[in-house]
Order: sequence, then C-alpha cells, then structure tokens
Amino acid sequence: MTTDTAPVPTTEPTRPTVAVRHLLAQIGRYTFLCAILGFFALPLLWLATAPFDDTPTVTASLPRFTLDNFRALLDNPYALSSLLNSVYLAAGTAALVVTFAALAAYALSRVRVPGRDALLYGLLLLSSIVTGTATMVPLFELAFRLNLIDSRLGVILILSGGLLPAAIFILKDFMDSTPTSYEESARVFGASPLQIMRHIVVPLVRPGLATVGVWAVANVWGNFLVPFLLLRGPDKAPAAVIMYTLYTEGGQADLRLLSTFSLLYSLPVALMFVFVSSRYGFRFHGGIKR
Amino acid sequence: MVQVTSPPDEVVEGARPVTGASPAPAPDAAGLGRARATGFLVPALVLILVFLVVPAAWTIYLGVTNYRLTGLAAAHPEVVGLDNYTQALGDERFRTSLLLTLQFVLGSAVIGQAGLGFAIAFALRDRRGPLRRVVEGFVLLSWILPSSVVAFLWIALLDRDAGTLNALLGIPGTAWLLDHPMLSIIVFNTWRGTAFSMMLYAAALENVPRSHLETARLAGASTWQQLRDVVFPRIRGHVLTNLLLISLWTFNDFAPFLITAGGPEQRSEILPVYVYKVALSGGELGFGAAISFIMLLINLVIALVYLRMLGRRKEPA
Amino acid sequence: MSAITMRELTKVYPGGVRALDALDLEIADGEFFALLGPSGCGKTTLLRTIAGLEVASGGSVRIGERDVTGLPPGKRDVAMVFQDYALFPHMTVRDNIAYPLRIKKVDRRTRGGKAADTAEELGLSGLLERRPGQLSGGQQQRVALARAMACHPQVFLLDEPLSNLDARLRLEARTFLKRLQRELGVTTVFVTHDQAEALALADRIAVMEGGRIRQVGTPTEVFRRPANTFVAGFIGSTPMNLIDARVHGGELAVGPARLPLPDDSHGQVTDGERLVYGIRPEYLDYSPTAVPGALTGEVVVVENLGSVSLVSLDVPADDTGPADAGSPAGDAGRTSVQVVVPEGAEPEPGDTGWVVPRPGRSLLYRDGTLVTATATAEVPAPRAGAAVRS
Repeated sequence: MTTDTAPVPTTEPTRPTVAVRHLLAQIGRYTFLCAILGFFALPLLWLATAPFDDTPTVTASLPRFTLDNFRALLDNPYALSSLLNSVYLAAGTAALVVTFAALAAYALSRVRVPGRDALLYGLLLLSSIVTGTATMVPLFELAFRLNLIDSRLGVILILSGGLLPAAIFILKDFMDSTPTSYEESARVFGASPLQIMRHIVVPLVRPGLATVGVWAVANVWGNFLVPFLLLRGPDKAPAAVIMYTLYTEGGQADLRLLSTFSLLYSLPVALMFVFVSSRYGFRFHGGIKR
Repeated sequence: MVQVTSPPDEVVEGARPVTGASPAPAPDAAGLGRARATGFLVPALVLILVFLVVPAAWTIYLGVTNYRLTGLAAAHPEVVGLDNYTQALGDERFRTSLLLTLQFVLGSAVIGQAGLGFAIAFALRDRRGPLRRVVEGFVLLSWILPSSVVAFLWIALLDRDAGTLNALLGIPGTAWLLDHPMLSIIVFNTWRGTAFSMMLYAAALENVPRSHLETARLAGASTWQQLRDVVFPRIRGHVLTNLLLISLWTFNDFAPFLITAGGPEQRSEILPVYVYKVALSGGELGFGAAISFIMLLINLVIALVYLRMLGRRKEPA
Repeated sequence: MSAITMRELTKVYPGGVRALDALDLEIADGEFFALLGPSGCGKTTLLRTIAGLEVASGGSVRIGERDVTGLPPGKRDVAMVFQDYALFPHMTVRDNIAYPLRIKKVDRRTRGGKAADTAEELGLSGLLERRPGQLSGGQQQRVALARAMACHPQVFLLDEPLSNLDARLRLEARTFLKRLQRELGVTTVFVTHDQAEALALADRIAVMEGGRIRQVGTPTEVFRRPANTFVAGFIGSTPMNLIDARVHGGELAVGPARLPLPDDSHGQVTDGERLVYGIRPEYLDYSPTAVPGALTGEVVVVENLGSVSLVSLDVPADDTGPADAGSPAGDAGRTSVQVVVPEGAEPEPGDTGWVVPRPGRSLLYRDGTLVTATATAEVPAPRAGAAVRS
C-alpha cells in the first residue's frame, strides 16, 4: 500500500492517525480473509479426512489412517463403472459444446448479424430459466419421441442444448477481445476462412476454449437430474446418480463407501480445474459488462 | 439492448495506440461471408432449438391440460384452460413456496453470493501470491465440486448429533436442518455459488483505473467513499449482470432438495422443489407445468427489471 | 508494372458515413507514397480498400495491369503491415515470417529457409525461435516487415508503421524503412497522421481531409506551396502563419503594415480584395530594429526549440469583419505571428520586434485556395461547406 508513503498534505498531528487507520484496515482485511477461508474450508474437511478414517463418522476429525475404505469401492458393482459413464457423458458434451459454441461465437463476433445481441441474450435467459426442473416433463416426452430414452447420446444432446447459450456467450467475449488485425493480416496473405480459423483463431482463443470445456465438464459431472430422468438402470448411470442413491437408498448409509466415492468422484473435476487454472488462468476475460 | 462485451473499447485501446482514422470496425474481418457465417451458427442453433426452446414451449401447452403421469389422463390429456393457474394462485402451499423462493433468492444470491463475492474480490484486489491463491482456490473448489457430494458434505457438517459445526460451537443437539431449514439452505447456497460473483467482480475491479482510485485517495476519500464514488459507478454494469444471472440461477436451483427435500413441513419448499413434488412425486404433470410456466414468467419479470436498470444507465452517458 | 490507379473510388459505410468520396489517385511503380491526414480523414480506409479489406462502394482500383476492385485480399498480391503488427503471438518469428508461404503451400523446409533468409536481411537472424511477445517494439516491426517481404508482393501497404515505437526508436526505424524501400524498389503506400514522418519518408504525399485528397505532391511541394489553407495548417512542425490581409495599391495591407505582393500573384488580385496571407515561421526573419516592409508587434512568448526558438508576436491587423477561417485566433484587430529565430538572437517577452518575409516564400489564399500565376491550383477546391478547418 502506498498511503503512508504518499505525501499527506495535512497538518502534523494527523499523521499517526493515518498510520493507525491503515493498520486497522489491514488487520480488518486479514481477519475477514481468514474468516472466509474458514467458512469455505470447513465443509470440505470431512471430504479430506473421512475416506482415510478406519471408522468414518459424519464428524470431520483427524483420521486413524487407512486405505481400507477404498476396498468398499471395488466391492460395489456400480461405483467404478459409473465414473466411466460420467467421463463418457462429460467428454461427449464438452466436445460438442466447445465445437459448436466456438463456431457460433466466431460467426457472431465477426459478422454483423442483425439482432445478434438480442438473440444471444434471449437464449441465455432462456437457458438459465429453463433448467431441469421446469422442463423436466417435456424433456422426458421429447426424449421418448426421439427414441432417446436410455440413450447416453440423448443425455449428451439435451445437456449440450442447455449449455450452449452460455458457452457462446463466454466465447464471444473472448473472440470480441481478440484484435481483428490478426485475421485481416492472414487474409491479406490469402488464407481462407477455415485456414484462419485453424491457424489463428483457435490458438488465440485457446484459453477461452479451455474455460468453456472445463465449465461444461464440471456442469455435466455434477448434473444428476437429466441422466436420472433419461437413463434406466444403474449400468449406464453416471456417478452423480450413483452418489445420490448411495445416501438416499437403503436406510443407514455406508459411510466408508460414501466418503471414498465422494472423494473419487470429486477428484477428477478438482484436478482438471487445478490443471487448467494453472495452465491458462481460469478467470473471466475482461469481465462481463453491461 | 443488453449485450456482452469484453471491453474492446477499453482493453484494446489501452494496448494499441489509436491514431489516425478509425473507421467503423470491419463488419467481417475474416471474410466469412453471410453464408458461411450462417453455416457456423446452424449446428448450435439447432441443438438449442430442439432441446431448449421446444421444451420451453411444450411447458406452456402442458400447463393448460390435465396431463397426469398415471391414470386415465395420462393416455388422453384434456385441455382444461386456465384451471391449473387459478388452482395454483389460490393454493396456500404455492404462495408460501413463492415467498420462500424470494427469501432464498434475496438471502443467498443478492446478499450472500453477490455481497460476499464482492467483499472477497475487493479484499483481494491488489493481492498476489499464496494468500490470494489459497482463498480463491477454496472458494472455487466449493463451486466446482459436484452438487450431490456438496449436499452430503453439508448434511454431515450440520448433523444434529455428530456434525462438525455443533462440535466446533460446542452445542451438540442443535438440529439446524430441522429448526432453521431456510437459513441452512441459504448459507449452503451462498457457500456454493459465491465463486462466480467473486471471479466476475475480480475481473470488473481490474477495469477500474488505478489513477481514479488514487485521485479519490488524494482527495481524502475513505474506503467506503472510494467504493461509492469511484468503484461502483465504474462496475455498475457488471454488478447488474451478475445479479441478473445469479438471481435466475438461484430461483431455479434444485440443489436444496438434496439437503432438506423441502422439509420439514414444507418450510424450505422453494418452487423448483414444489414443482418436482407436484409433477413427478404427485404425478400431476399438467399442474406442474402450469407452475413451471408461472416460474418462467417470474423469471422474465426479474430479467426485465434488471434490464431496465441497465438501460437507464446508458441514457445519461 | 505495379503502379496503383484509383478512379472515382468511393466508400460509404452502413449508416451513411462517406469515408472516401469519388477519389482519383495514381501511385507510380516503385514509389514510396504517403497518405497523410488527421483522424477520420479516410486515409486508413483508403489503404484498407487497396488491400481489399474494405469493399469499395464505387469506383475502381487497379494494381499494375489488373483491375483488383472485386478481388479478395489474398488475390491482390499485396502485403500489409498493421499498426499493431498483428504478429501471431502463438507462432515463433520463423513461423510468422513463413506464414504467407505456408498459405501458398510451400513445403516446410523451403519456407523455413526462405524465412531465415529474409530474417537475416533485416538483422533478425538470432531471433527466429522467439515468440513475438519476447521481442522489442523495433524487432516486432522488423518481423512484420519480413513477413510482408517473404511473399514478394507487388505492393506493400503500411498502416501507421512507426506509431507504435517510442520516440527515439522511431527515428532509427524511419531511416531503416526508407533505406529498405529504396533497396527493394517495391511500390509502398503508408498511412500516417504525422506530417514529419510523411515529409521524411515519402517520394510523394497525398494530404487527405473528409474522404477527399486536398493535395498531392512531393514533400517539397506540399511544404513550400500548400495548395490550400488546410494543407498549409497541417504540414510543418510549426503551422504556417495565416494572416488576414487586404490588397491596397499593389501592396498587401496588414493593419498599418505594408508588405509586397507575392511574385506569382501579380495580375491575379484586384485592389481592395481581402485575402489570407501565408508565410511559414521559418521563412520570416526577426529584427530587433525597425526595417521597411515588416510586420511589427510585441513579443509575447518565446519557446526554445533547441537550436532555434519560436517567437510569437502580437501584431495589429485588419479589424474589419470577423476573422477569416484559417487565420489564427486572436483579438479583433490583432493577430499572432510566429517566427523562428536562430539561437543567440532571441528577444525577451515584452520587446518590440519586426519580422520580414523572405522573398519568394510568401503565399496568398483566396477562399482557402492558393492564388498562383498558373490560374488553377493542382486540386479543385472543396465543395462549399466542406471549407477550410481552422
């Protein structure tokens, strides 16, 4: 901070008060940040300790360390395969969303389409309004008529449709902030639009593509309503659905299974997030304005 | 009109000295042409149309029928006009649920997520290094973890007998989820969603020029005055966009169901949970769709209110 | 071979902004040509229209023997260096320079070699594997030039080539650019808002305003004989003095002072006519003592410019009617005259001084247009209303 080094154009006696106030502000700030840290870390404690405790309870405590709990995971017929199902759904949806959103965002960013902002904002509103619960019934009907019941492709398509507006929104933000002179330069050298896309635009907005990809994966990974609604039987069910059944079905929950499965189910998104944020920086590009 | 712009007018101008003639931005920098641009748009638009717009429209139709999950009306639903709507508006349970939802949005989105998100972003604004990374890391982790895991973490934290919270506070036996169900899900949703607001405000605060803050500080403005006179006017657009998005998301959030399932005695039965119970548990699909449509309308009103506030901002400028 | 010819070239943006207004211009083969003008004059639009990045609303562009008006940018055989250089940040210097060849499907080895050759010509040999972000501004500019050279185009287009460099580097880069253009001998068009840059670099300059060309000429022509008061005010590091004057008995009257008529205005003016007298501060001589045929007034400001000083005098002038557009603002009946004074001879503010125009260097403007012996100026006067800027 520079307050204390800045010339203070006031009379002498106020100097100490400025310093004291500055100190108090700093103390206040750190206290606040520590409280925030506590608030956000507290619920996560259990996830870090219980999987390794030989007699896990719902209380977070220093574990008597063991890895035996993970054996419970192997005994459950659906635990590991459900994670694979989640990977399949997440990868499929993310690929579809990133590809389609990138193409659409690029066209919207670079070509003046009449009413594009109204269109985009309207779709974004619709996508945040029409979430699973509100359209649960028609979605089921739709899937039934398109013969997409118990089909993982159906889940992927429905999730993509819901994620696309926001993905286009985020990516257009990235594309808008890329100077057009790169593309114009390539154009003067004779590059075709597809070459420009491949050589210039995709590498330039790679952080944006990564952000959207991570965001889509995280969304699908956590979504349980759509697969719960559309997929019959536990062999195709993703981890979100299995997790839900673990603590709602069959009376007393098996905390060994629940804790280890929670951890295993959480790790991929957490690791992916750490990887992407350290590689590209996971933040809003310039921010969403207006 | 509302639109998203990463500020090319600010960022790009800062990076590139603007001199000489500055013609209107090229309408088609990459030479795509209308036809190819349309081709780029079509795949995304088709998916959105089929799996987003069509179900939304379908909801409207179902809302005027007596469609049920089982029974006679399942095979041959009849159009019953506005019966579902009059029934809903006259229903005490619906009105209570609506009030609870508004509490939920106000408490967890507007005050909780936006307030806390801004406070964290502001406290970290000129911090670099490990403290910032650790705080941001935990906040983001709570956002990124799957909702069914997070829900169980909170059930464990708030458990009456063995919950970590009661152990820490030394008040075992406090049944948070039974005695304070709304407070529980409001705090839960604040915890879960603050990351978005924090990131958005962090990006917004970087757009506030240092020189403006320094000018205010030289003039002797307190932190609060700096916030009010310099920071807030500058990020007003970000604030409103953020509030709009998180209000809508929170309004439609189903995750509290995983913790309280609307209970006890419907004391935390927000609208998404209500719809779920009516339509899928109760099997009254037509009635559920009518309530969904009312939710859509309320969302629209929320959106329009924010958009008006945004629009007003632009007039004096 | 690769001359550029524009006929009736017009560009109207959606919304009705007329950026180029039926513009005729010829740029000779091998010429180093400057498009000069203030912001919004259409110079960048003109450059981009030659490149094909903007589609002309009317008229034609020919490069050499080909009419390129309808061709996409990649088919025009031009290369453009952008103001921000537009170096692809994710590619190395080598890949950047080789990019045009990659588009032309030259195989990787050949284009890598050619890129290295071009880089060596421009003194970039050691930097081939670096990314643009690791280069200085001057190096970035050279990479951009190398990339433009790599495809051996018929025409180079440079948009504000020096504006992204800091002042010291800019002079160095200016010399480098001029030498490079001489060596390559390729027709080069560049856009600038800096008159000094245009004067220093160009073989010929087109001064633009409001989508039209106000004068085309060599640097000497536009500096010595600006065709109108707009060009007169725009060219020169110190703007030309433009003083309201009246023809009076074969002489010019500026307030009480009497000055000789410029040589080539004899027979072109009538007695009693009101005109604008133009003289550059560099072509005025200052005298601390009274001399005949001089303007006199009180020294108001002395600005040290290094080897010379710029002295402003407050001179009594005609007080009839409002000040003509183009004359410096001043009190009614007084006008400010600037003169360049060599070091050692600077007066003090408050002194009274006399300034004498050098013979053959003064000009007369009627309605903003130069009065010359050869009845018409090079370029027609602008439409009424588009008149001269103050």
